[in-house]
Order: sequence, then C-alpha cells, then structure tokens
Amino acid sequence: MDVMPKWAEVVLVPLISLLLAAILSALVILAIGEDPVAATKLMVEGAVGSVRGWGYTLYYATNFIFTGLAVAVAFHARLFNIGGEGQAMLGGLGVALALLFIPWPHWTIGLIAASLGAAVFGAFWAFIPAYLQAKRGSHIVITTIMFNFIASALLIYLLNEFLKPVGQADPSSARFAPHLDLPTLNSVLNGMGIKASKDDSVNVTFLIALASAFAVWVLMWRTRLGYEIRAFGHSESAAKYAGINPVRITVITMLISGGLAGLMGVNTVMGESEKLLLNSTEGAGFIGIAVALMGRSHPVGVVIAAILFGFLYQGGAELALWTSIPRELIVVIQALVILFTGALDNMVRMPLERMFLAARLRRAPGPERKPVEPAK
Amino acid sequence: MTLMTKFMGAAAATALCAGAALAEPALIFDLGGKFDKSFNEAAFGGAQRWAEETGETFREIELQSEAQREQALRRFAEAGNNPIVMTGFAFGDVLSQVAPDYPDTDFAIIDMVVDQPNVRSVVFNEHEGSYLVGMMAAMASESNTVGFIGGMDIPLIRKFACGYAQGVKAANPDATVVANMTGTTPAAWNDPVKGSELTKAQISQGADVVYAAAGGTGVGVLQTAADEGILSIGVDSNQNHLHPGKVLTSMLKRVDNAVYQAFTDGPGMEKGFNVMGVANGGIGYAMDENNADLVSADMQAAVDDAAAKIADGSLQVHDYMSDDSCPALSF
Repeated sequence: MDVMPKWAEVVLVPLISLLLAAILSALVILAIGEDPVAATKLMVEGAVGSVRGWGYTLYYATNFIFTGLAVAVAFHARLFNIGGEGQAMLGGLGVALALLFIPWPHWTIGLIAASLGAAVFGAFWAFIPAYLQAKRGSHIVITTIMFNFIASALLIYLLNEFLKPVGQADPSSARFAPHLDLPTLNSVLNGMGIKASKDDSVNVTFLIALASAFAVWVLMWRTRLGYEIRAFGHSESAAKYAGINPVRITVITMLISGGLAGLMGVNTVMGESEKLLLNSTEGAGFIGIAVALMGRSHPVGVVIAAILFGFLYQGGAELALWTSIPRELIVVIQALVILFTGALDNMVRMPLERMFLAARLRRAPGPERKPVEPAK
Repeated sequence: MTLMTKFMGAAAATALCAGAALAEPALIFDLGGKFDKSFNEAAFGGAQRWAEETGETFREIELQSEAQREQALRRFAEAGNNPIVMTGFAFGDVLSQVAPDYPDTDFAIIDMVVDQPNVRSVVFNEHEGSYLVGMMAAMASESNTVGFIGGMDIPLIRKFACGYAQGVKAANPDATVVANMTGTTPAAWNDPVKGSELTKAQISQGADVVYAAAGGTGVGVLQTAADEGILSIGVDSNQNHLHPGKVLTSMLKRVDNAVYQAFTDGPGMEKGFNVMGVANGGIGYAMDENNADLVSADMQAAVDDAAAKIADGSLQVHDYMSDDSCPALSF
C-alpha cells in the first residue's frame, strides 16, 4: 500500500513544498527590488538568532499549536472546524472573566482557573454548531464560520458595555492583577542572572501547548474514544453499524476541538497582553487550518508546523521592522507557504510517489511483470 | 533569463540597509495600515512632509499583530531611533510599560494619554470638530435626516458620533440622526463596499447628508453619496477633493501636524499632555474651492460663531469618553 517510505512521507514532501514556496517568495522579493538573500538572513536571524527572536517565534507557535490541534482533532472525525477564531475569542473571554472577578492568590492557581475558563468557553462556542450538525444536519463549515462573526460581535458588545473601565479609549478590559503575570522565558532568564530583554513573549503556556499535543496523541491513538472518533471519520455508516453513536462522537469531538482552540486565549490574554483585547486572536484560528493540514493532523506534525509558522510570523515582523518590504508582501510569503504545504500537497507528493515506485521496481524486479492482456 | 538578470540588477541596486542610523526618528502605524486614506495616512503624510523638508529619513512599520506593539517599540528604542511616534490609542497600555525602560528615548503617542516623563501625549478633541460638521450637516439637509457611519463600535468612534449628533441637534432640534457602525472586526476600517451599502441603507431612511468616520471604509461612503446625489462629510484629512461639489466638508484632525511637530522637535522634545482642539487649530473643518458652492454664507457664519465659542470655552461640547454616555444619541 505505502508507496513511499515513512521518512519520505514525513520529511521529504513538506521539505520540497517549503523549498518551492521559498523559491517563489524569493522571486516575489526580487520583483519588488529587494535582496532575497538579505531578507532571508534577516528573517532567520530575527526569528531564531536571539533569545528575543525565539521568544516571539515560540509565542506565535503556542497559538498555532492550540488552533492546529483543534482543527486536527476535528479532522479525524471528518469535521471541518473553521471556527477556531471564534472559539479562541470566547476562550479569551473565559480567561478574562476568570481573572478579573476572582482574586486568585497566585499565578499558578490563576493559570488553572484561566485554562478551565478558556477551555469551557471555547468548547461551549463549538457545542452549538456541533449540536446543530449532529441533530439537524446544518453543515459545520457554515455554522462554525458564522459563529466567528457572532463571537466578535459579542466580544465588542461585552467590552464596550461591561468590561471596559469608564473613560478608557481602548475597547479592552482592565489589566489583570500584576501577580497573575505568567512567567516568560525572558523573566526566567533574567531571574537566573542571564540578561534578556523584557518582552512579554513566550510564556509557560507553551508547555501547556506541548502537554495538550501529547494528550491529543494519547486520546487519538491510545483510547477507545479516539478510536471511535477515527472510525467515525473513516466511515460514518460503518461506525454506526459498529455501535458508535454519531451524535455523541460529533458533539464530543467538537467540544474537544473548541476547548483546544479556546486554550489559545490563555497565551494571548493572560500571557501577552494581560488584559482582554478586542483583537487578540488575529487570525490564528485560520492559521490553525494550515498548521493541521501541514502537520497531517498528527500532534507531532502540528507542533513542527506551528513552530514553522511562528518562524514565519516573527521573521515577517523583522522584515517589516528593518526593510521597506510592505506588510502585504509578507502576507503573500506566508500565503505561499500555506498554498504549497496545504493546498498543493499532491503536486509534490504524486511525482515523488512515482519516483519511489520506479526506483523500487528497478531495485527489486521480483517475478516478471507483464502488462495484463486486455480480456478478449 | 533576461528577466532574471533584470531582477538581479534591481536587487543589487537596492541592497537592504542593516542597522539604523543614529537618532533617526521612527513612526509606528496601527493595525489599520499606512494607506487607510485617513488616520494613519495623515500621520504618514506628516512624516513625509518632514522628510522632504529636512532631506532626512525615518523608520516606519505597519503592525500586523498585537504582540508586535511591544516588540516594535523596544526594537526601535534599542536601535537608537529617537523620537518614536506611534498612532492610535491601542499603544497606550504597552507604552506605559515600555517607556520607563528607555529613559533616554522620547516617545510621542497620538490619541492617548500616557503619563511618563519621556512621553508626549497628543489627543484631539474630535467631538468639537464633529459638532461643527454636524451643524453644517443639519443646515444642509432638506429631509431633516442626517447619517453617521462609523468604523467599529469603539469609544473613540462614539465620541465622533456623539459630537456630531450634538451639532445636528444644536442647528436643528427636530433633525433625526441615523447612526450605523460598519462591522465588529478590524476589517471594518477598510471595507468600502460595506460603507457603500450602509450609505444606501441610510439614504432609504431619508438621510441626505452622511458623515463617515470609518477610515478606508469612508471612501465607499463618499463615493456612494456622490453617485446617489446626496452630500457627504469626510474625516481626518481634507477629503473634499475626492468628489468636488459633492462633499459638504471634512472634519479635520491634524494628525499630520502632530507627527510633523514631533519629528521636527526631535530628541529632547517637550513632553507632557497636548490637547489639540478647535482653539489651537488641531481640529477644524475644511473649506476650499471644492465645497465653496455648497456652504452658504449663513452656514459659514453659524459654524464660525460656534467655533469661536468653543475656542473661548463659552460652548462646551460633551465628550462621550468623559463619562461613556451621550445626551444627543443613544448607541
């Protein structure tokens, strides 16, 4: 069945896709009269060449791990959850409500409460589309994307009318208590006497993201529920025949998916801005789709793809800072990577498969193969 | 191949300049982007004017994400850029955290007050300018219904709307104000199509003058108003020229002057709290040859009178943000 060895499937295909995207991006940069070599150097140095760079790369990666996992879990049940954006927004709201109104004594307890708030709110936002899909057959793609808009409208209303301190221009909540600041890589390094910048970037939420990735792996490949989810995804009718309740699986999968997307709010709201902003998700919910596609819906792949996208985001920020490459072009570069690794996956995969097939046939001719004569 | 060589040549000609020159000023645009035909673009215009007059250069960045705010501020400060000017209230919170770490760098923030010894805060009394254009709208309206189209439902835009509604009621207590917001996501600042739809919806409710305070969305509002034969009012920059004879006036918010001033003053500029209002020319309304025929002598006299009263303090326009409420309009 497997035409390609595993290493080619996992490493070679994404690598060639990336290379193609990089070449095309270089051409685009050339076309606007900038130097692609210098631009690449700037991106690499800015994103992974310093503690600060790594801090932001991993900060963005944390967001993408959560949303990527959310999409990946739903993918296994053949549910296309494109509502990660809205679920993450609600997750952020959950974080804010958990931290604003209860005086937690220490950030560790605050973090547990915030994570619970984020997961519950995110899951709740996924529950309604899940229920509608399971019971009424309303297509999940349509309902989840519509829920993104409802989420942003809800958020703006709540911020304007209830959460915003009176007289403040910014539609954002009050700041959380200072002792609830999450420890960041930079603050830990500074504490150890190593001089680092003071940016609020990657924080302890990154570890939660890695733990979530591991938990998703256990769930999907080591538990009965995970087996049911995957079976349901492969064939709904067969799963039904085997006694799997499709309503139950749809709802549970989406609850897990929404909860994971919601957890992203801990990183952005509690870790970075330390208050609820109107615009804290910034499209990470949609990037999660690309991350899940590129990571082939496997937690390890999702983590690697998320770090790659974190690199692109942080590298893009550096480009914007130090060159005159317009930000629209940085989006183009990011889009090219998504296009090649996600949408055009087969363009690389199929020629590669053919190559490996040809190589295998040459190496091991085996029993003589004759073209089958057409039946007469 | 020839295309390739051409590309190579172009690339070699404009090598990336690494490392900033010392004390080069920097300008940080908010998420709306540099070319929003409005607020950020006005800031860019001010910086550009400074660059042309002095022959010097400045650094700039258009933000793409919230996390970049802090990063851009720190990176520019550490690279020796001075002063660093930023547009938009959303920087307020971050700047108040970052500024103390760089006591030798001067910051200027527009639309927000940050109380730090090395920060100049520039805020505009948008409600005063909106009041003046609101009076003009009410006097120009024949249907006694005027429209307001905002970008997103945020306090700043409510401040615009509230000032406008007060001006309308002051000139014509019986007039109706129809107010709409474009959207709930940042995309609302740059959605001319939606702006156009809202304008049509307001026309069908009887509005014959619409005021757009919605960034790039306003382009669609002004266009549709001109197409449908009603009057519109521009915002931030003088937008009268976009549709000569169709734009009643523009509420001027001289962000460009604020940026220009900060760049000109350079490092060591005066810090503190700068209120730009009708009194000091930071806020006003645009009169030029494009709208001369639309504004009657009566209108002009009434508005000038109100402007003088605002300037000397005998007329107080209620500021929505002072208590989050508006006497003339409910949201």
